[in-house]
Amino acid sequence: MTLHQIKLIRDMINKFFVYLVLSLFGISMIFPFLWMLSTSLKEPSQIFTSTLQLWPTPIMWSNYIEAWHAIPFGKFYLNSIFVAVAVTFGQILTSSMAAYAFARLKFPGRDKLFFAYLATMMIPGMVTLIPVFILLKMFGWLDTYKALILPGIFSAYGTFMLRQFFMTLPTDLEDAARIDGCSSWRIYWQIILPLSKPAIATLATFTFLGNWQSFFWPLIVTSSEHMKTLPIGLSYFQDIYSTNWTLLMAASVIVLAPALIVFILNQRFITQGIALTGLKG
Amino acid sequence: MKKKLISLINSETFIGYCFILPNLIGFLLFISIPVVASLLLSFTTWDLFSPPKFVWFKNFIDVFGFHILPDFRFSTLSDYIIFWNYLRPNDFEFWYYLYNTLFFMVGIPLGMIGSLFMAIVMNRSLRGIMFFRTIYFLPSISSIVAVALLWRWIYNPDYGLLNTMLAYVGIQGPAWLNHPVWAKISLVLMGLWSGVGGYNMLLYLAALQGIPLHLYEAAEIDGANPWQKFVHITIPMLSPTTFFIFIMSVIGAFQGGFQSAYLMTRGGPGGATTTIEYYIYNNAFVWFYMGKASALAWFLFLIILLVTMFNWKYGGKKVQYQYI
Repeated sequence: MTLHQIKLIRDMINKFFVYLVLSLFGISMIFPFLWMLSTSLKEPSQIFTSTLQLWPTPIMWSNYIEAWHAIPFGKFYLNSIFVAVAVTFGQILTSSMAAYAFARLKFPGRDKLFFAYLATMMIPGMVTLIPVFILLKMFGWLDTYKALILPGIFSAYGTFMLRQFFMTLPTDLEDAARIDGCSSWRIYWQIILPLSKPAIATLATFTFLGNWQSFFWPLIVTSSEHMKTLPIGLSYFQDIYSTNWTLLMAASVIVLAPALIVFILNQRFITQGIALTGLKG
Repeated sequence: MKKKLISLINSETFIGYCFILPNLIGFLLFISIPVVASLLLSFTTWDLFSPPKFVWFKNFIDVFGFHILPDFRFSTLSDYIIFWNYLRPNDFEFWYYLYNTLFFMVGIPLGMIGSLFMAIVMNRSLRGIMFFRTIYFLPSISSIVAVALLWRWIYNPDYGLLNTMLAYVGIQGPAWLNHPVWAKISLVLMGLWSGVGGYNMLLYLAALQGIPLHLYEAAEIDGANPWQKFVHITIPMLSPTTFFIFIMSVIGAFQGGFQSAYLMTRGGPGGATTTIEYYIYNNAFVWFYMGKASALAWFLFLIILLVTMFNWKYGGKKVQYQYI
């Protein structure tokens, strides 16, 4: 055997072990999800056996219909979509406007203000949580869309991230536009924003995902059924059907499936975004 | 007059503040003012219904203070030693929940090792690697409510996945979520499962791909084996990422733990999975002790500030920021 052949065989063994490790961990990751799917399609009597049976017989599609009609899941879906979209748009708009001013315009107090923004990123959310709750209560906004949306629109982090990105853009285009008499508003809208599509897309993705999954804040500010978002709705469903595991799993699949599908379709873009920005969801 | 107004409207100062204004209003309303309000609240007792009462440091003493049992009598010098036996915390629960919060941090090093391991395995251009990355990332993208529900089913003592599998190898599994210590371990395990292939793994992966190849090539020429390359090149080169992940995880752990505990155990059994964050939630939104909850939140703030400063001062020196 030549040296080259030995190297090839070593590479193959190496590859085999990598695939083995990846598959073993992969199974432990995916198996609980399959178990969830399987339980959601079983008859209640079938799940209380002490053997591992993954394939349900008979397949109970009716679990899904029953879970869907048990509580207003459709309304929860609409609420979740509406809140997440509104927060994302609002945050992109206010953050990018402020970021443009911090990055490009000169005015007194600018750097002090920016430093104040940075400093508040250190403050844990728990500190502001209670006063914001009281404030919303005083305005009479609790249990409305305003409470779900408005506090999420203003993000020091989003402003910081976009400002850093805007700083890296070349100023030539803007200088040329200014000489031609272009206003700051038009520069922001027609030069800065189009040039910043990747950064804005990243921020938008994470804002949307973060809001879609958000549990703590909607739990605190909503109380009536028609204001609940999807995660709160699922938790509420758990309280009612606490031992009906087939229905609980069907409801979980209803909640999880769309997010997972969207993620799988866009995952290359999302995971690269995380790696680039060091952003935690 | 009109001219002055026009020149004001066109000035960069005016335009600059116009751009910032929407964000600034929100910043004042939802961040700056609440921070000050929170500090003031921590010196009051308030249940949201009757007017707040200013009580100086009562909340802080009630939570963090100690008292001496009334049956303690000081007579001889040796009583000084017994004195400690008569000292009791004012709020025993707080210290228990702080212990729980610290206990949950055992998951941090385990999770970091796991994430690094996964990142190293993934850091190859193999066919189908994107498929595995997607699978490992699925828990991070899933709603915590659904994940917690799934794990409650896995931990079900009689019919759950875990005890069923343990039964196959002849082990009688514990009642995971109903035992004060196993319940904590259960939550740590769930956190590991959902976090190991998530954001930290991606950060490690990006860092691994940023290590210049010529370092490894030079080491190979000098006859270094794979383990030596790992210890002397990979680990030092990853230290900024490790440092970043560690600080963020510790800060996150101090102010976390509510969601998984609320959904899995409601903080039980007997408060065994209640963290400081959960305690703040209970004080503020279940019992309406707004003052006490604010005092607790400020305690968290100070701890987080200290941890960050300590890490920057002492952890920063061991970090390899550049290679030469």
